[in-house]
Amino acid sequence: MASSTMAGAHDHPRGLRRFLFSTNHKDIGTLYIILGSIGGVIGFLLSLGMRLELAYPGVQIFPGLAEALQGADPSMALDAGKNLYNVFITVHGVLMIFFMAMPILIGGFGNWFVPIMIGAPDMAFPRLNNISFWLLFASLVLAVISMFVEGAPGMKGFGGGWTFYPPLSSNTGSPGPAMDFVILALHLAGASSILGAINFITTIFNMRAPGMTLHKMPLFVWSMLVTAFLLLLVLPVLAGCVTMLLTDRNFGTMFYDPAGGGDPLLFQHLLWFFGHPEVYIVILPGFGIISQIVSTFSKKPVFGYLGMAYAMVSIGVLGSIVWAHHMYTVGMSLNAQRYFTLATMVIAVPTGIKIFSWIATMWGGSISFRAPMVWAIGFIFVFTMGGITGVVLANASADKQFHEGYYVVAHFHYTLSLGAVFALYAGFYYWFPKMTGYMYSETLAKANFWLLFIGVNVVFFPQHFLGLGGMPRRYIDYPDAYALWNLVSSSGMIFVTLSLIVWFYAIIDAFMKKRLAGANPWGVGATTLEWTLSSPPPFHQFQVLPRITGASR
Amino acid sequence: MFNVNRQMLTRGALAAAVAIPATLIAGFALAQVEGQPTPGGLGLPNMVTPVGLGTQQFYNMVLMPIISFIALFVLGLLIYVSYRFNEQRNPIPSKLTHNTPLEIVWTLIPVLILLFISVPSLRLLAEQVEVPEASVTIKVTGNQWYWSYKYPEDQGGGFGFDQMLKPESELQPGDLRLLSVDNEAVVPVNEVIAVHITSNDVIHAFGVPSFGVRMDAIPGRLNQTWFKIEKEGVYYGQCFFICGKDHAYMPIVIRAVSREKYNEWLAQAKQKFASADSRVRVAAESH
Repeated sequence: MASSTMAGAHDHPRGLRRFLFSTNHKDIGTLYIILGSIGGVIGFLLSLGMRLELAYPGVQIFPGLAEALQGADPSMALDAGKNLYNVFITVHGVLMIFFMAMPILIGGFGNWFVPIMIGAPDMAFPRLNNISFWLLFASLVLAVISMFVEGAPGMKGFGGGWTFYPPLSSNTGSPGPAMDFVILALHLAGASSILGAINFITTIFNMRAPGMTLHKMPLFVWSMLVTAFLLLLVLPVLAGCVTMLLTDRNFGTMFYDPAGGGDPLLFQHLLWFFGHPEVYIVILPGFGIISQIVSTFSKKPVFGYLGMAYAMVSIGVLGSIVWAHHMYTVGMSLNAQRYFTLATMVIAVPTGIKIFSWIATMWGGSISFRAPMVWAIGFIFVFTMGGITGVVLANASADKQFHEGYYVVAHFHYTLSLGAVFALYAGFYYWFPKMTGYMYSETLAKANFWLLFIGVNVVFFPQHFLGLGGMPRRYIDYPDAYALWNLVSSSGMIFVTLSLIVWFYAIIDAFMKKRLAGANPWGVGATTLEWTLSSPPPFHQFQVLPRITGASR
Repeated sequence: MFNVNRQMLTRGALAAAVAIPATLIAGFALAQVEGQPTPGGLGLPNMVTPVGLGTQQFYNMVLMPIISFIALFVLGLLIYVSYRFNEQRNPIPSKLTHNTPLEIVWTLIPVLILLFISVPSLRLLAEQVEVPEASVTIKVTGNQWYWSYKYPEDQGGGFGFDQMLKPESELQPGDLRLLSVDNEAVVPVNEVIAVHITSNDVIHAFGVPSFGVRMDAIPGRLNQTWFKIEKEGVYYGQCFFICGKDHAYMPIVIRAVSREKYNEWLAQAKQKFASADSRVRVAAESH
């Protein structure tokens, strides 16, 4: 690293002190990316277990897994296996959202590039940044521990889905401490994200370089600003929601218990008031990344910059007032269902603006198909696929046929497992040369793309058919009629697994071969500030603040 | 020789490309039995209630064509721009960044499409939610992990029973693994059946795909839905909300019969479940 240029105010810590006590936004960003990768790999292994189990009708592998992982008694192995399957789906969901997508997209890329893109030396509150990360690490530990302590009577782990609906998550369904571990994990993850959001908002509002007006900020920074506001608005609601569950479980309150005048639906409303904005918290940074990449590799400024920025703002606002479309079957009044149907459908409009603006950015451009651009085009297609099934599910009337079935599973995996993950990979391959200073192998990066693109489509497209046919989700075993498409779906995991192996190999290859990337490997299209710095950037960048002139982009 | 072979191969491949999906789809259509999932099925099941038929029509005639068109349109645009504007073909990028009429068009057209969808959507929604006057009312209660049914006294019932999964060892020919149960719930065909749904322990969801019905069973709340089966037969459903380890093992079976047969069944069931009724109550109270 360029520490020799850093004489003066700050020293350049090394080793354990550099990362454990880090207040440097780039080092903290790196830590987040590593944590997110670990969370993602564990989450992937859980999904591999689920797809192996579902490849054929009948219960095959989970009883053995329960014996091996949780030390279940062989006489109880079948029941322990069924419970473990539910634990897998729960932890898979929690890990992929809170410990893969959010850490990498927000903590990782956000920390790394928001300060650089606005011409700031660091985040506004560097020590707060450090505690945000370590709270999340502690939270991950608690979430993993929850798999190995008692949940439902005689069973280990909490297996009620990542939405934790009571009474299954209260003392009725899971009297053991597993759910308490999950609640505390959520508290810590929530606190971590709230502190991070405060840090981002303060940084973006107060630390922009001279001339960097709000309307000149790169769209990735805009996306992080909207994301940070959403986090700040909805995470306290989640915290309250699970705290009431905690007191219901341990201190005899009855917030969600009808026997004491409470209502399980209160939990659902509070959870989804957080939960629906949460899906935009995961996807908005992806929108930002895709905007940067499409513009860079088309060698054109983003088409309709203001429309793109305010489309994200309106997605954030609309996304916060449509939560009950996750609850169409709970018995809401007709008028409530009408409102949530119409409000939800409206989100398709700003989303359409974004899709068409990306295509219009490419239109007339001079597109170079480097790896990040290939990932970005892949993103636009799979996200469109997820978006259109979202329009179907927005209709309360149609949702009654698909609710809690595989159509929904296919829908949200197209937006998240394909959408958010493709954006994440696009960002990874876009900024990897900047973060490490080394260029990866273009061939490996594209092999990674094609394997994952084929893999996830084989896994998730047939799930539309399963959902149309009526297969419920969160089932360890299914009627024999669903066997064909489940087998096809499971076979896609072969490609997904290979793509992960290629990804690891691409990283190892890059560090072994040490091909120097140079300050700007992407050429004239890369106009944001990070490409004006060396690769990797100096430990403290912008000792003299840059002055931004010229047109917005 | 080589040419002929290649031609034949091409023709054969083309024929196979058309014939294989066609036979597959035809095969599925043949294999389709009303009320149960179709092996390898690609679409919605055959619907047997007005609400189900409405859902089928709405999905197959309105939603499916629109979303397929949008997906293909976006895919086509992406392929076109990738081909037309790659750096070999178009080395000098344009500076185009604004086109207000275009932006208005791609805002307004989606709005119009959504308005077009919302009309049949809201009509169907009202049909689903507003329960017409029912001639038979049954109460369904979710338990970990089985369903209980009660038939009210004033409609010739006055009994209740539990519906449990038939274990694999007891399956008879014609039974379906994970779907067949010990006690089928019987209802008359061509009559409006109102279903009151609640739960004794955790949240479950009562769902029968060929009715277009899915409704949560929530402790402390009484939900209501309805169906009018227009065809005699046996209809299978499952639990649609995760409820613990045996979530996948609490199916629903509803048999629709003529009014006469229904009356006969009521009389028989009253006797059969008279003793069982106390068992149901004990089971319910022990939670």
